[in-house]
Amino acid sequence: MSSQVPSPYGSSNGGANLADILERVLDKGVVIAGDIRINLLDIELLTIKLRLIVASVERAEEMGIDWWRDDPSLSSGARRRELARENERLRERIAALEEQEPREEIT
Amino acid sequence: MSTQGAELMYTYAVARAGCRPPDGLLGVADAPVETVVEGALTALVSRVPAADFDEEALRAHLEDMAWLERTARAHRSVVDTAAAEFCVLPLRLVTVHRDVRGVRQVLAQRAEEFLSALVSLDGRMEWGVKAYVEDPGTAKPSVPASGSSRQAPADGSGRDFLRRRLAHRQAQEQSQRRADELAAAAHEALDKFAERSRLHRPQDPRLSGAGGRNVLNGAYLIPREQAGAFAGLVGELADRSPGVRIELTGPWAPYSFTQAPQPPDAGGDAGRGGAG
Repeated sequence: MSSQVPSPYGSSNGGANLADILERVLDKGVVIAGDIRINLLDIELLTIKLRLIVASVERAEEMGIDWWRDDPSLSSGARRRELARENERLRERIAALEEQEPREEIT
Repeated sequence: MSTQGAELMYTYAVARAGCRPPDGLLGVADAPVETVVEGALTALVSRVPAADFDEEALRAHLEDMAWLERTARAHRSVVDTAAAEFCVLPLRLVTVHRDVRGVRQVLAQRAEEFLSALVSLDGRMEWGVKAYVEDPGTAKPSVPASGSSRQAPADGSGRDFLRRRLAHRQAQEQSQRRADELAAAAHEALDKFAERSRLHRPQDPRLSGAGGRNVLNGAYLIPREQAGAFAGLVGELADRSPGVRIELTGPWAPYSFTQAPQPPDAGGDAGRGGAG
């Protein structure tokens, strides 16, 4: 059909991008409790990345999830703290803006 | 670092006994794909190094996006290559057992469930259909759109600026509503054609790399012989939906339909694509 925007995670077969593949192999399919008990959602960093797949775009943005591609080398703990700080800063900024402007000024 | 360490059984999918994967098929960690048979069922497996697939190693590897991608692609490649030849029940990524006995035990314990799922999926494939609407951010706003950097009014009063901005926002919202309606109509038509369907949540463009807002992310279970007609319908819908880009992916193994069909009014998955 229409061409896709090339990206690091772009399609490599049948128009399926990594998001399509992860969505299916991580989130769908039969769950068997193997002998190795890895709960995929226990994985701290992965959980956050997975939200990109399983959370709606708006929700992901609400949660401030766009930083992981900027610095993928950060440790998950550091990221989480960073994210909390960032959220705090955003909230402060929004509060300050709301004091100055009518509501529809804030996107 | 040892090359001859212990091995674990990585399991990709379940099929009927007698089904054999194509010769030379390689899976995760470039390991050959084998079968483990128990009663009427067979599991597609690979022997993988415990050093990479035991719990601790997996925990570390799953934090690594490159490893995750490689493994997910390999898993998918085995499952979908097999699915092209015979009916398979795909398993979730990193389903690992200590040995053959563990795999056989699962096949024995859940035989009834697996067999009935295989019956309901036999001769059918999953297709994905995604619809995107042009990102409003790329539409031509009458005023500078507010990004992360705030714009001061260029000229005119602040009130005019806000009014124009509001009008622009309302126009955007209207076009988004239209796109959502087109996506819902497309899903309805595809759902009617399909034997079963599931709505998945919209994908984040930062992971998918796709442009525009994902307003529909649906999975449709289609009998093999109707694949052409289904693709034709997708093309028709694309022609009938101006301003919406529609993409078809597949055929996939029936990942989204491994659970028993839901009652007709349950509407499949939780996420209504883009609505709300």
